Parts: sequence; structure tokens; C-alpha cells
Amino acid sequence: MHPIADGLFTPSNPPRLIGGRDVASGRIVFPCPENDRFEPVPLSSEGTLWSYTIQRFRPKSPPYAGPEDFRPWAIGYVELPGETIVEARITNVDFDDIEIGMELRLTAVPLDPEDQNSPAIPAFEPIGATA
Amino acid sequence: MSDVCIIGAGIHRFGRTDGMTGVDQGVFAVREALKDAGVEWNHIQFAYGSSDAAGNPDTMVDQLGLTGVQFINVRNGCAAGGSALFSAQMAIKSGEYDIGIAVGFDKHPRGAFDAKPSEYNLPEWYGDAGYMVTTQFFAMKIQRYMHLYGISRETLGRIAEKAFRNGALTPHAWRRDPVALDTILDAPMISDPYSKFMFCSPGEGGVALILASEKKARELGKPLVRLKAATMRTRPPGSFEVFAPSIDVERGGSATNIASRDAFEMAGIGPQDISVAQLQDTECGAEIMHMAENGFCADGDQEKWIAEGLTEIGGKLPVNTDGGCLACGEPIGASGLRQVYENVMQLRGDAGDRQVSGNPRTAYSHVYGAPGVSAVTIMEI
Repeated sequence: MHPIADGLFTPSNPPRLIGGRDVASGRIVFPCPENDRFEPVPLSSEGTLWSYTIQRFRPKSPPYAGPEDFRPWAIGYVELPGETIVEARITNVDFDDIEIGMELRLTAVPLDPEDQNSPAIPAFEPIGATA
Repeated sequence: MSDVCIIGAGIHRFGRTDGMTGVDQGVFAVREALKDAGVEWNHIQFAYGSSDAAGNPDTMVDQLGLTGVQFINVRNGCAAGGSALFSAQMAIKSGEYDIGIAVGFDKHPRGAFDAKPSEYNLPEWYGDAGYMVTTQFFAMKIQRYMHLYGISRETLGRIAEKAFRNGALTPHAWRRDPVALDTILDAPMISDPYSKFMFCSPGEGGVALILASEKKARELGKPLVRLKAATMRTRPPGSFEVFAPSIDVERGGSATNIASRDAFEMAGIGPQDISVAQLQDTECGAEIMHMAENGFCADGDQEKWIAEGLTEIGGKLPVNTDGGCLACGEPIGASGLRQVYENVMQLRGDAGDRQVSGNPRTAYSHVYGAPGVSAVTIMEI
């Protein structure tokens, strides 16, 4: 899978998300803004679910670039302790089992679940889940 | 210092009006407001007009009359109407003008708003991934809030139930049929925990308000509906806003907190002094969270407030007496002004079947929108 954009994942194996640290204040954001106020930092691969919802209808295109044949997906904010809270897909878990506070780890999912060659977007899965 | 007064208010019914453009609905509202104030268009010295998706407000001079009036267009997300009103009252406060108008209208296509990443300084992939969807944010904000403060999904449903019940009493509302609580709770889910009845829809409508100096209002013999405070504020650090790829671990307040605090300070009164309030309710949870963000109750108290009916038209603090955005829809340019229109009706005792009893003396309005803006007004009669 190729990432949906440059500058989101580190080239390491496994990859990590690249955040941006505000050089002046130390505040960390995601993704890393392309200006010299921020320096890239690899983010923690594990965190806890801060909030979530299920996207039940197909978002409008443009801008949504996912498949026409829509199946609902989970989205959440994941708190990476002491760093930032990032927005990402939540995967490899039944919708009914998603709970605020659950422990998650970074992975990636194809934008089109039926097409492994479609661009990869950041996602988190329960620690211990098997894909 | 003398107050700015609202001496006329007009509205074009919210919802869907085929065969009328957004500008047409704005013009209709202006004519209604002029009639209400008993003044002519050529008396109007200036106008601020807001529209997000229905064209330039100043084009309405074609229909209203080419008097050469100063007319400034305002675009400021969901706070557009509030910003127009804020600007209008400043023009009078400055002493430059005695009488002017704030007008807002819109006509959105059906379905959810289709925002583009570039309009919000966000990377293209964020839109590709399906995240430029306002409903996701609202759902995640309330999920977190419910988790922290023990708000039940039934309480969310009761907010929608109240909105449609109030809408049924309101001639300018879009949704005018009551909906049963079970129907609301069991309807198809849009974005958990919200079912389709728990979100408002983009729509159409127009509102106009005529503002005058106190001196001018007295000359015209109008009831003195005083605008005691109007604030528009942007977000503080650590807030949680629409379209955020990341948020700070260190949590902070909101644009609403600041706009509200400053408005109360300006008006010299507190939340306990307000008789009726219109709070941004683009979805059920917004009304709940905004009760606390505007200082009317503590976080978590809403569960009890709603169960006891304290925000019903007959309650201690009636909230969204015309059904709010849930029953009226959200034409962005007009929505904030609709709240003020409703407050003018309530303060003058002109709100018909939905009139709050006991002669309300003070009224509060609040809007919130992307990317973290809020506008508040406080009025007194």
C-alpha cells in the first residue's frame, strides 16, 4: 500500500505517524505543517480512544475519494499520551465493541477496503487484534 | 451611554421555497421588517448583509430601491448573521448612523454541507479520506461529553422532541409536526449516537432586523428592545473544533465560553438573569453542551434539567422556543439572525402560541460554527 500523502508515515518498519512539534512552544500537532515553525517528530504508536463515531452515509464527492459502494466505517480521536490526539479510522473491531478509553495501536487501511492497491490512510486497531 | 435598539424584525419562512432565490427571501424579510418598524427603505442609512451560499446580499438593492445606501456583505461561517448584527450595532454605537439594517439569507443545496479542505487550510488527503463532514465532529464531541458527564441518549432524544414540538407552534419553522421520542431514538443512525432526527439540515430562509439609536427609536415611538451586548469571538488554545486532524492533549475552553463571558460582562447581568435563550442546536447535543458552555448550568446537570422540563416553553429557562435549528433548518447566513428575531418576538409579547409567559425581560442568543467562531447577543426590554 502507498500512503495517501507524503509526510504522514515514517519510512521505518513498522511505520509511525509523523507529527509536527512547534519549535517555540513544544506543542505537537498532526500532520506536520509544512513551515519552519514546526519540526517533524515520530509519534507514539499506541494510545487510547478519546472519542469516536460511525460514518453511516457516504460523504460527498468531491472531496471524498473512497469507493462508490459505501460501507460504514468507524472514525475516532486517539490520545497519544503527552503528545497529541489524532483523528483516524478505527479498524479490526466490531462497531458495538468500540469504547472510549480502549487501548489502540497504529496501523493503516486502504481507502477502498476491496482494493489493497488503493491509498493507505492512518488507522488504529485494538491492541491484540489480528487483521 | 444610550443603547442600540431593534425597532423592526421580519422573516421569510425557513425550509424549502421553490421559485424564490435566497436574495428574494432576504428582500421579503427586509420588507417585513420595514413594515414592522413603520419606516421606508429610503430611511435606511446602511446595511450589513450575510449569505454563505446564495450570492451577494448587496444585489438586493435592485429590488428594494437604488437609494445609494451603504451596503456591506459579510461572510463568516456559521457566525455570519451574528457578525452582520455585530457590525450593524457598531455603526450606530459609533455615532455615525441612526438607523440601519442587518439582513441574512441563504439557500443551500440538499444534503450535508460539502466543505473543501483548501477552504480550511487543510491538506487534500483529509478530504479524500472522508473527514470533511461536520456531522462526524458533532457526533464525536457529544460522545466524549456523554462519557465524561453521564448524559444519556434519551436526553438527546428529548431535545429533538422539544424542538419539533416548539416548531409545530412556530409559523416560520420548517418542521411543523411533533415527532414521538421513540421514533426519534429508533430512527436510522446518521453518525452514532445521532439518528436522523437529531441533526438539523441545511435549508433556506431570510431574516432582517432594523437597528436604531435609542434617540431614533424614541422618535419613531417604538418599544425599546435594547441590544445590551453583542459579541463575536474566535477560539482559544485547546478547543475542539470542526475539521481537526488533531487536537491538543491539554484541553481548553471554547469560542463560546469567551463570547458568552464577555457578553454577560458587557450587559452587566448573569446567566441566572436570562428569561429566554436561543442556543445553537445544529444537533441535539449542541443544545446540551451549549447550555453549559454559555454558563446556564454545570456540565452534567443537563440530564436533570431536561428530565424536569426546565428548558420547555413553560420552564425556568425556555431554550429554542421556535424549535431552533432542529425545527427551522440552518440557512447559514440567516440562522443567527433568526434567533434574534425570535427573541424580539418573545420580548415584545408577539410570539403567539409559543409565547413565554410572565413577560420575559431578557433574552440571549448564541451561534457557533467552523472553524471555531461564536457570536452572542443579550437583549432587554
